[in-house]
Amino acid sequence: MHKHSFLDLLRHGLAGNRTWPRMWRTPEPKPEYDVVIVGGGGHGLATAYYLAREHGVRNVAVLEKGWLGGGNTARNTTIIRSNYLQDPSAALYDFSIRLWEGLSAELGFNVMFSQRGVIHLAHSLHDLHEIQRRGNAIHLNGVDSEFLDPAQIRRMLPSMNLDCRFPVLGALHQKRGGVARHDAVAWGYARGADAHGVDIIQRCEVLGFRTRGGTVTGVETTRGFIGARVVGCAVAAASGVLATMAGFRLPLETSPLQAFVSEPVRPFLDHVVMSNAIHLYVSQSGKGELVMGAGSDPYVSYAQRGSFDQVELAVRALLELFPSLSRLRFMRQWAGNCDITADRSPIISGTPVRNLFFNCGWGTGGFKATPASGFVFAHCLARGTPHPLAEPFGMERFHSGALIDEGAAATVAH
Amino acid sequence: MLVIRCPWCSERDQTEFSYHGEAHIARPATPMDRTDEQWGDYLFFRSNTRGPHRERWLHAAGCRRWFNLLRDTATGRILAVYRPDEPPPAATAG
Ligand SMILES: Cc1cc2nc3c(=O)[nH]c(=O)nc-3n(C[C@H](O)[C@H](O)[C@H](O)COP(=O)(O)OP(=O)(O)OC[C@H]3O[C@@H](n4cnc5c(N)ncnc54)[C@H](O)[C@@H]3O)c2cc1C
Ligand SMILES: [Zn+2]
Repeated sequence: MHKHSFLDLLRHGLAGNRTWPRMWRTPEPKPEYDVVIVGGGGHGLATAYYLAREHGVRNVAVLEKGWLGGGNTARNTTIIRSNYLQDPSAALYDFSIRLWEGLSAELGFNVMFSQRGVIHLAHSLHDLHEIQRRGNAIHLNGVDSEFLDPAQIRRMLPSMNLDCRFPVLGALHQKRGGVARHDAVAWGYARGADAHGVDIIQRCEVLGFRTRGGTVTGVETTRGFIGARVVGCAVAAASGVLATMAGFRLPLETSPLQAFVSEPVRPFLDHVVMSNAIHLYVSQSGKGELVMGAGSDPYVSYAQRGSFDQVELAVRALLELFPSLSRLRFMRQWAGNCDITADRSPIISGTPVRNLFFNCGWGTGGFKATPASGFVFAHCLARGTPHPLAEPFGMERFHSGALIDEGAAATVAH
Repeated sequence: MLVIRCPWCSERDQTEFSYHGEAHIARPATPMDRTDEQWGDYLFFRSNTRGPHRERWLHAAGCRRWFNLLRDTATGRILAVYRPDEPPPAATAG
């Protein structure tokens, strides 16, 4: 794989940036692949990359109905952290942070991972107890976290109003957390997968599965039948729709979550700030825009647009904490459909159909997991058995009762 | 945001209502002889339909009565409103 360099920049820059090579091919689908991955978001593309790189499985296609990373990968607020309460989550999300830490170098593509620190605010005694319990649990799992008192918070976030309607009493800080550039993650993995021989096929929608004796043999698509020994679905919002095509249901439901960006302003916020109690998550992009998210609509919807009442709630929370932003204008607003499970943990799992696997249920918080999700799902597709880190995340947990309850772990789920 | 016609109070903003998931999922009548699979299915597995979806709503900040909607989850269009004691309309209603 070609690694970009300063010389590259100079050479192509001097040529008016017209000489850059295409980052991936646009191949015609072959009649059959060893592995077909449905969904060209970050998770599907990362899966393809690690299949080729870690397992030497290169006869692979990624089928994407639209364009690469046009789903939730492009629509999220890019917060990355691993301070989850439950042991299996801490292990999986922290493995993801470790992959993020080397990702730009590994892919030879700048994913702009910025470890600026994520600060979770506590506004009540209950919140304080929650961050203490979670902070200590995280410590035991070897994940970094520190408690901040109001004086420390004031020093770190001078523009924030701690004496708001629900005063800020403390915070949990994960220094290794931060943000990354959403598109670059999809493109970096696509470029890497393509360089290893993976066919990335855009504008190819999967319409159904073909099976023989309970085993999947391929997928029906808008570009005809494509055979496959193994099929892995990483289609986020569309997971329920694809499961229905394959003849089973999933323990999740789809709801829109929205986000917006403001006009760019001078740098003033150098951390990610999250509050569960008043529901806010906000950071400032490299361009100076505020990137912030709202709550999800409380009902099943595939409309890919969010409600006004959620916008109002988010803006109200922002202005409570940062009154000086009252004249700031928002520039863009959008929504993504999130595949939300009952325990707010993902599903990385086999299904009732042999050789058909699903990686879904990341809901409102799976961007941070993109590298780890791809890594463990690749293992699952290559070997047919779960990666040790993914074992607790099988669909069986909804029958055995061994839920990984991050919903009750009381943190904003992004 | 939806504008919902409560069968008892007429049209109100969705913020007055609370949503309670897919409708017509009956609690198993004989809980003691259900398997873990059947319990798990009842509790967690949903149709998650893209298209006409029957669902339960409560007019929480209004008359506090329950009712059902048939709503197209792809467009947000409400196809039918019906009371819990009324039979569910066909998926094409509206
Ligand atoms: C507003 C918002 C804010 C969020 N904030 C955060 C955050 O701060 N931090 C965080 O970690 N996570 C966040 N998330 C969640 C995160 O975006 C997702 O969990 C993650 O991006 C999912 O990635 P993916 O690759 O699985 O899905 P996607 O990027 O949605 O990719 C799925 C792809 O499958 C394709 N597809 C669907 N059906 C078919 C078909 N039939 N055939 C072929 N292709 C198909 C789609 O076109 C799509 O490109 C947020 C989400 C939203 C919406
Ligand atoms: Zn009413």
